[in-house]
Amino acid sequence: MFRIDFNKLRFLVCDDNPHMRRILRTLLHSFGAREVYEAEDGATALEMYSHYVPDIVITDWAMPIFDGLELAQMIRQPESKGNPYAPIIMLTGHSEKRRVTIARDAGVTEFLAKPISAKGLYQRILNVVANPRPFIKTKTYFGPDRRRNTNSAYMGPERRVGEKHEVLQQPSLLDKARSSI
Amino acid sequence: MAKNTAKDIEVKAFATHQIITQPNPLRKVLRRVEEKDMDDPVARAEQALAGLSGEFKDWMTIEVQRLSAAWTAVQQDGFTKKLRDELFHAAHDIKGDAATFGFPSAAEIAESLCRVIEHAPELKKVPAELFTHHINAILAIVHENTRLDRISVSAELSRRLRKVADDYLAHVNRDRPEHLEVILSPSIAPAE
Repeated sequence: MFRIDFNKLRFLVCDDNPHMRRILRTLLHSFGAREVYEAEDGATALEMYSHYVPDIVITDWAMPIFDGLELAQMIRQPESKGNPYAPIIMLTGHSEKRRVTIARDAGVTEFLAKPISAKGLYQRILNVVANPRPFIKTKTYFGPDRRRNTNSAYMGPERRVGEKHEVLQQPSLLDKARSSI
Repeated sequence: MAKNTAKDIEVKAFATHQIITQPNPLRKVLRRVEEKDMDDPVARAEQALAGLSGEFKDWMTIEVQRLSAAWTAVQQDGFTKKLRDELFHAAHDIKGDAATFGFPSAAEIAESLCRVIEHAPELKKVPAELFTHHINAILAIVHENTRLDRISVSAELSRRLRKVADDYLAHVNRDRPEHLEVILSPSIAPAE
């Protein structure tokens, strides 16, 4: 069995709601994390991201100045001087399928629909720590591999050209968002 | 945590894309342990969350005051973008937080309110009662939450408000298939 040494991880939590930040801080500290930095808007979060270089970002979607989606897009800049590869967990009250797709296409690594649970948060953190996905760069996308199933017969417009199928067997982001874990 | 350097990062280039792989930069935080030595961080976190629960009622009161103030402002000055956004965010926060705070029916009603704000083609044409019924129901649930006999009433109230809101949204969006699809698709929020 594996244990995560949370005390070696640095988190950046971004949520405009102080009550949700308090809950997240409580959960992360009780998991064992010591370094938890907090921002209440996207602009501050981006500044803190550059300054503190967190290992994992947990962000809300709806926030002032710029939102969690824009924050993810700004982090996922392949030419940036900062780290464009950090796992981003989007924790949001948005609970529609199309939102998961939009978040995925912005480079979000994991999606967690509120209400938050200790188990759901732990599972998302465990997944980004233990099962990182390769990154894909195309003309329009830079972020973790969005493909989680093997379908060698796929011939649609988004088929990648020139490679053998090299995808990870994982449930889709939507399926994971639907489950309570 | 040590980060990978550029030489650790492997890039495979293809016709339309690149695949970028690197050693897992977080691998050092994973430690193999015997089952007997494995503690339960989730249980520990749930216990810590339970320790906060004494504050949840106060937090929820603050959230509903914000919602109420946002609605009062809309009634006075109409649905300006700023006031519409404030009303939506107040409802959206309750939708996300209320179940954690022990008010699942309030979360469901707030979700219904969010859907009205997000999908009604013209907010000024939405009957004001649709808003007031949602907001008053959330206020009542938060104020009356300690009485167990109110729980089933809250759930029924939530169910009926959602039905009325959904019927309204389905009607006003009958010629807007992209909204209709979103309205009719199931929520992905984890079940209680």
